[in-house]
Amino acid sequence: MSKVLDGLLYSESHEWIKKLSDDEVLIGITEFAAEQLGSIVFVDLPEAEDTIEKDSEFGAVESVKAASDLVAPLSGEVMEMNEDLVGEPELVNEDAFGAWFIKIKLTNPEELDSLLSPEEYKNFI
Amino acid sequence: MLKIKKTCLYDEHVKLNAKMEEFAGYEMPIVYTSIKEEHESIRQNVGMFDVSHMGEFIIKGPEATNFVNHVFTNEIISKENGSVTYGMMCYENGTIVDDLLVYKINDFEYLFVVNASNIAKDYSWVIEQTEDFDVTINNVSSEYSEIAIQGPNAEAAVKALLNINLDDLKFFYFGNFEYGNHSLLISRTGYTGEDGFEIYAYSDAILEIWRKFVEGDVTPCGLGSRDTLRFEAALPLYGHEMSDKITPLEAGLKFFTKIDSEFDFLGKAALLKQKETGLTRRVVGVELIKRSIPRANYPVYVGEQEVGYVTTGYLSVTLNKPIALAMIDRPFTKKGTEIQIKIRNKMFPGFIRDKKFLKKNYKSKGA
Repeated sequence: MSKVLDGLLYSESHEWIKKLSDDEVLIGITEFAAEQLGSIVFVDLPEAEDTIEKDSEFGAVESVKAASDLVAPLSGEVMEMNEDLVGEPELVNEDAFGAWFIKIKLTNPEELDSLLSPEEYKNFI
Repeated sequence: MLKIKKTCLYDEHVKLNAKMEEFAGYEMPIVYTSIKEEHESIRQNVGMFDVSHMGEFIIKGPEATNFVNHVFTNEIISKENGSVTYGMMCYENGTIVDDLLVYKINDFEYLFVVNASNIAKDYSWVIEQTEDFDVTINNVSSEYSEIAIQGPNAEAAVKALLNINLDDLKFFYFGNFEYGNHSLLISRTGYTGEDGFEIYAYSDAILEIWRKFVEGDVTPCGLGSRDTLRFEAALPLYGHEMSDKITPLEAGLKFFTKIDSEFDFLGKAALLKQKETGLTRRVVGVELIKRSIPRANYPVYVGEQEVGYVTTGYLSVTLNKPIALAMIDRPFTKKGTEIQIKIRNKMFPGFIRDKKFLKKNYKSKGA
């Protein structure tokens, strides 16, 4: 059974969302998603100042065999992407909840209400 | 409904916690632990694949040699008994039915080993071609199982674990060997760019050998690493670098045809004509500059112009950089040509290069 951390929000496309303030969040993928993908060899992420839109593709995670689109759980502007993952994508397999992908400033903070609680996500996977 | 078949090693794969997926109508292991680890075990030591899904046909009869010469692109008449020859079968128009290995037992008997995904198509096609030849063809695919053991230590592993000495078996030759009460057909062939063997036998023997290899620490490898390994060695895969829309010349496989010899074969006229009028496209190597993964069917551009597509691409495990095989329109096939591959709506720059991504480590003795 994959770990699901308390204190985070989750999406049905297997991202975790950590609130830093009312309109700033970190986004990563869950341990469940990382396990499903297998060894991750490449992470393709948007850069600072790019905008992402809820339910649209914003990047991709690739294992040797397959590419999986990342679907934005929220809309916003990218403030920072995790440069460490470019050189060391295996960090995602080692610690999915530590290896954040992007930090964004939310356009519609009310979108947070549509996300799953840890309990809801546990039941979902 | 299509019934998904299992090989005789299915339970062994499940025991090893393999991730199983349907491939060519079979439930096959894609990966056991990690594609990267499995890949490296074969490059550095020894690993094995269950390739029991491959197809085997026996061609027999007084005119077997003439028949094989007719349907097979490569030279077979002058080959010795006990030899294995790689080549293709082509349609009249020169495009590829399948690629295969031909085992020459003697002038009157041959074994064809074909791609799992093409067994039904190939079998009905070869049967259609027998009309003018005194031969019989049997599809024995379901009777034979197969393990490929590959890597620099493959010979040592077979000696230690099966007590079979393959030192004298030359590259692209086969022989019959005994293991307990079982008879095995073993060839020094493979699909990884490393030294190694393919072992054909009935299911009970293959099951016994697989278990023996697992106990002896031969790494079980899935179809995932089989693809990354063959790709780095620039070995083509049907459905990617070859298809019924692609000719051997376009695939860069002219070496495996006898178009410049006296012998005729199906598709030869079309290929000669294509050679004469000149190719319009060809499979070449591509290397990208920035880290990324160019996957099959991603479009390739020179400036604004779309000039081809990726046939296979990976972040190479051995070289740790993004490389691809791609079908590119001429004249953009020239080495050093600057190209871009469109990956998820972003352009990634790179250049055309040779396909020698990796030095192959075949045992050259007698090859």
